[in-house]
Amino acid sequence: MIEVDGLTKEFVVREGRFRRRRRVVEAVRGISFRVERGELLGYLGPNGAGKSTTVKMLTGILVPTAGYVRVAGLEPSRQRIQLARRIGAMFGQRVQLWWDLPLVESFELLRHIYRVPADRYRASLARFREVLDLDPFLQTPVRQLSLGQRIRGELTAAMLHEPELLFLDEPTIGLDVVARQRVREFLAELNRERGVTVLLTTHDLGDIERLCSRLLVIDHGVLIWDGGLADLKARYGGERTLIVDLEEPAPPLLVEGARVERVEGPRQWLRFRGSAAELIARVAAQERLIDLQVAEPDIEEIVRRIYSSGR
Amino acid sequence: MVDGLRVYGRLIAAQVRSQLQYRASFALDAAGTFLISFLDFLAVLVLFHNVPRLAGWSVHEVAFLYATSSVAFALADLIVGHLESLSQRLRTGTFDILLVRPRGTLFQMIASELALRRLGRFAQGCVVFGYALTGTHIDWDVGRALMLVVMVPAGFVIFASVWVAGMCVMFWTTEGGEFTNAFTYGGQFLTQYPIDVYSAWLRRFLAYLVPMAFVSYFPALYILGKDDPLGLPRLLQFSSPLVAVAAACAAGLVWRAAVRRYRSAGG
Amino acid sequence: MRLDWEIAKRGWRRYAAYPAATWAGVFTNTVFGFVQAYILLAVYRHRTDVGGYDAGDTVTYVWLAQALIMTVYIFGWEELALRIRDGSIATDLSRPVNPQRYWLAFDLGRAPYHFVFRGIPPFVVGAFVFDLHYPSPGLAVAFAVSVGLAVVVSLGFRFLYNVAAFWLIDHRGVLRLSVTVSLFFSGMILPIAFFPGWLAAVAHALPFASILQVPVDIYLGKHTGADLAGALAVQAGWALTLLALGQLALARGTRKVVIQGG
Repeated sequence: MIEVDGLTKEFVVREGRFRRRRRVVEAVRGISFRVERGELLGYLGPNGAGKSTTVKMLTGILVPTAGYVRVAGLEPSRQRIQLARRIGAMFGQRVQLWWDLPLVESFELLRHIYRVPADRYRASLARFREVLDLDPFLQTPVRQLSLGQRIRGELTAAMLHEPELLFLDEPTIGLDVVARQRVREFLAELNRERGVTVLLTTHDLGDIERLCSRLLVIDHGVLIWDGGLADLKARYGGERTLIVDLEEPAPPLLVEGARVERVEGPRQWLRFRGSAAELIARVAAQERLIDLQVAEPDIEEIVRRIYSSGR
Repeated sequence: MVDGLRVYGRLIAAQVRSQLQYRASFALDAAGTFLISFLDFLAVLVLFHNVPRLAGWSVHEVAFLYATSSVAFALADLIVGHLESLSQRLRTGTFDILLVRPRGTLFQMIASELALRRLGRFAQGCVVFGYALTGTHIDWDVGRALMLVVMVPAGFVIFASVWVAGMCVMFWTTEGGEFTNAFTYGGQFLTQYPIDVYSAWLRRFLAYLVPMAFVSYFPALYILGKDDPLGLPRLLQFSSPLVAVAAACAAGLVWRAAVRRYRSAGG
Repeated sequence: MRLDWEIAKRGWRRYAAYPAATWAGVFTNTVFGFVQAYILLAVYRHRTDVGGYDAGDTVTYVWLAQALIMTVYIFGWEELALRIRDGSIATDLSRPVNPQRYWLAFDLGRAPYHFVFRGIPPFVVGAFVFDLHYPSPGLAVAFAVSVGLAVVVSLGFRFLYNVAAFWLIDHRGVLRLSVTVSLFFSGMILPIAFFPGWLAAVAHALPFASILQVPVDIYLGKHTGADLAGALAVQAGWALTLLALGQLALARGTRKVVIQGG
């Protein structure tokens, strides 16, 4: 579905107010990967790592500086319009719906833009209305929708023309737990039932854990990981953090199987592997606990660690 | 092409429907625009309060120039005026959304809005045109009638082309929108008066480089049966449609080049 | 005073941050200056004096108008109206500085930037091509004072049509109407000297002449001695009147927000 080989993008940045100097920034530096039809993969990396630049090149928005790209057998930058019929895209917070029109009008307009036949459109919309529960706000102007409603609208808009490949940028950002769950289920089903290939750009570890079997991690324009999530965590993200609030400030705790990373008054941060329950029991045996919480390593941190470990 | 027009019709119809939902506010807005544009024409009348003729043109003849240019400009404003939202689209990144849809970007930009209140200015142009007819003696014949029918669409295309080409500045600097006003609003201001009031260099620039003189001046010379005080070839008086086609092609090329630059330099 | 100075510095910096916009604007002002100058000069092919203006006065007028167009910010301002509409005005009102004082200080920081960078460049271009008049040092000082007062009058008026947003669902209609009326009656489109007698009388009875016509007349030496003092006094009178009306309207609008919750 996607073939990328040695893909590179350089930008020329001009700096300085008066004496402007040209500086070439390599946003993406010779990355290569393949995505098969029907895969659902996560694409992640810190802000400014080259994620969105890659997606822009895959969708034909940006012309690559060098390298080979084929998406659905087409060259995105040259065959942008043909490719556009076969892919769907949703760019996070950027609204692609018509702000002042009722939601259903946006769908109607997109139907004409994509030349979707009327019967196919009706069938497709009916399905989204059911799965994403659109009916309560179908006639509401987009500007009056809640974020969750709007995201469901945006997803529908990206999918109405039944694309084979879907690019989603942070589809669950800012959503509440229920809405997030619904969107995840929807994506999983889409991928499973319809065989739609999905490339998901996200910071949300939950999205990745629930959805993606394979991960691509990019940092400083270089692909630093291509593989499964379990492998990634086993290698770099095995440690979790237990945050405990003690009754009184205490010197760093000495507990088996954990080391204290930080102390702030009565609050301490303990890094550990394995079972949280056992560790909590051990800490509770030593000190009086007021409160505690277990923090999963966030993806930013994992990425940082992969990078600092020299790949 | 036919499909494009049909889709344009559909897209615009949806916009119009939603604007008409607030009928009272729309009517007020259009009436306001109509009245406001009258103060603009009042300036022409005030000017002629001081002189009977300006560079050999009577007030009614200038009104004829004004009206034809105003109608053409109003149409251009209606169809492409909202392209100034391009700077916002480029800043927020929503322009990229147009690039992942299977249509041309310029087409999608044009089809993204239609502000009906701008019809107020169109109505003003029509009224001023009526005023112009009350004081000019035009020997109407088939040729003149035909010219009148052709000059307004041609003027619209010229204005719209200048607008589109000017907007492309924003692909280089999103703050540059004001620059375009020099050619659009400036062009409209200028075509309301006979171009022989301007000095030679400004005239040449306008007549040939930015083809504003073809919006109203040259066709008006023919319809009003006036001698060209500059003694330019008569053929120019009939070339507005050709100039319009050329301007549209040039604007399309400039847009393409600008989008290509955007896609390789990145937003 | 210290606070006003800090606010004013922000006003300057806000616009200084967009140099490309400034140059684009200078270009546009220059083009309009040329077109308007040639149109008005065509009148002088038939006569040598219009309402006390000779050809030199008129072209000077045109270029001064282009130079002041941004300084007095006549093309419309809706920042306050937008804050009223989206409710941020509540935050502004909770601050210990009166919103009108804030915007006046801000505007008095903005205006010098626009005078220097949007006003002087087109005027210099005009001076190269046309025979413009230049004032004596004394008149130049009077002109500077008058431009300062013009900015205050302009802000006083802009503040009023912005505050209207307290009572209107859509402030844009009023904005457009206000801009058009002030453009016309300030003499920005045509010098008031070109107006027929009755219309000129109307124009001089309105505050808008104080935004453009009065400073330009002072520059051109049309007011001398006691007359000059009178012209400045009229400007100051309008400035105070409009600011007072603005305070009144703001107080009423505030009461409306407090009572009805916006």
